[in-house]
Amino acid sequence: MNPMRTIASAKRVLLQLKHDPRSMALIIVAPCLLMTILKFVYWSQPHVFQNVAGSLLGVFPMLVMFLITSVATLRERTSGTLERVLISPVSKFEFIFGYALAFGIASAVQAVIVSTYAIGPLGLKVVGSQGGLIFIAILDALLGLALGLFVSSFAKTEFQAIQFLPIVLLPQLLLSGLLAPRASMPRILEVISNFLPLSYAVDATKKVLIGQGSILNDVAIIAFFLIFLLGVGSLTLRRTSD
Amino acid sequence: MSSAISITDLTVIREGTTILHEFDLEVQAGKILGLLGPSGSGKTTIMRSVVGLQRLTGGSIKILGRPAGDKSLRTRISYSTQDASIYRDLTCIENIDYFAALQGHASSSTDEILELVDLGKNGKQLAATLSGGERARLALATALVGAPEILVLDEPTVGLDPLLRRDLWSLFHRFTNEGKTLLVSSHMMEEADHCDELVLLRDGAILSKGSPSELRNEAGLENMDAVFISLVEKR
Repeated sequence: MNPMRTIASAKRVLLQLKHDPRSMALIIVAPCLLMTILKFVYWSQPHVFQNVAGSLLGVFPMLVMFLITSVATLRERTSGTLERVLISPVSKFEFIFGYALAFGIASAVQAVIVSTYAIGPLGLKVVGSQGGLIFIAILDALLGLALGLFVSSFAKTEFQAIQFLPIVLLPQLLLSGLLAPRASMPRILEVISNFLPLSYAVDATKKVLIGQGSILNDVAIIAFFLIFLLGVGSLTLRRTSD
Repeated sequence: MSSAISITDLTVIREGTTILHEFDLEVQAGKILGLLGPSGSGKTTIMRSVVGLQRLTGGSIKILGRPAGDKSLRTRISYSTQDASIYRDLTCIENIDYFAALQGHASSSTDEILELVDLGKNGKQLAATLSGGERARLALATALVGAPEILVLDEPTVGLDPLLRRDLWSLFHRFTNEGKTLLVSSHMMEEADHCDELVLLRDGAILSKGSPSELRNEAGLENMDAVFISLVEKR
């Protein structure tokens, strides 16, 4: 591992984001807007807002980073820049960690702003620490990155890459405990949800919200998924092709 | 003279189509070898094989004594693709700095490299807003960073104005004077005279090879296009 090359890759990815202010704004503004809509949808049921908005804090980063990563890596593949990077002295892991570092920073910024907005103007009650929420958000963003990297190898066009969102993320969203507590779902769905990483992100976020229970197990499980998915994702970065 | 690039029995079959069949090629160190041939003659496949991007069906390639794609070659060989593989959402300077950083080089010579390809005034411009020819030059510039001993350049002079083309060829000759080896492709026969050695390609096979004057003498023709046509018709 050469940290300089990882940092150079991270810097390059952040510069690309910097040149695209509209995407940057969307990363921040879209979650805030959705939170605001939720606030009004559940105006007469504040406890539901508390539950759904809280869980959503753990969902946004994954959703956004999944989309950004699948499109960004697909672009690297189709523009030929990925090949040029792979024949340079950079290792696959330095390259992936560069992305992880850049998107980790971007999602941290997103999490700070969105959670501050939800806690302040929208009155979301957080008993635990906001820092805990942000930490989970970053892990979650990295999950999105790993999944995006993985699926981008199955897509030939950006259009196809976007189509993976409903297949890969929506089932996780439905089963994550966002809509109904996982324990209240039919047993089979609960078992399936146990194998989906987003479930643990939502669990951990809920625990921080009510300030009860340890998130250590959830974090460990997310970290396991993360390492596994990044490993699988890195296999899709092949130097030689037909 | 020693070979910088040595290709033996290279066979590449892609989706059932044979692109190259038992292809042999030697590139002498410190020389410019031009791969000339029409589009689809296998030039890009040869270059991708040399830099280690192509999955080979058979044969072997040695670069500076090491197998193509070997880790030890990563800083010693550079590759510029035909369709400008650069980051369009970065500026010229940012593109060059990134590829320099990957090679482990400081970015102090960025301005100098931009001047070499006549993009000195475009440093802060986004690559997406460059013209096609400017993008091609930027891609070339990103292949010049670091200190590669072998440059593999796929159609580096396409779409450039004659003045700039002349400047680039004199730059390439300066490189060979420094001991670098260049493998350059072109589909334009008039580029032939800039190369020390030529390989005329068609459908993945070598029509002929030699220095520009040797090829002319062999065919008894002056115009390189005519040489190519006579070689094809002789078959």
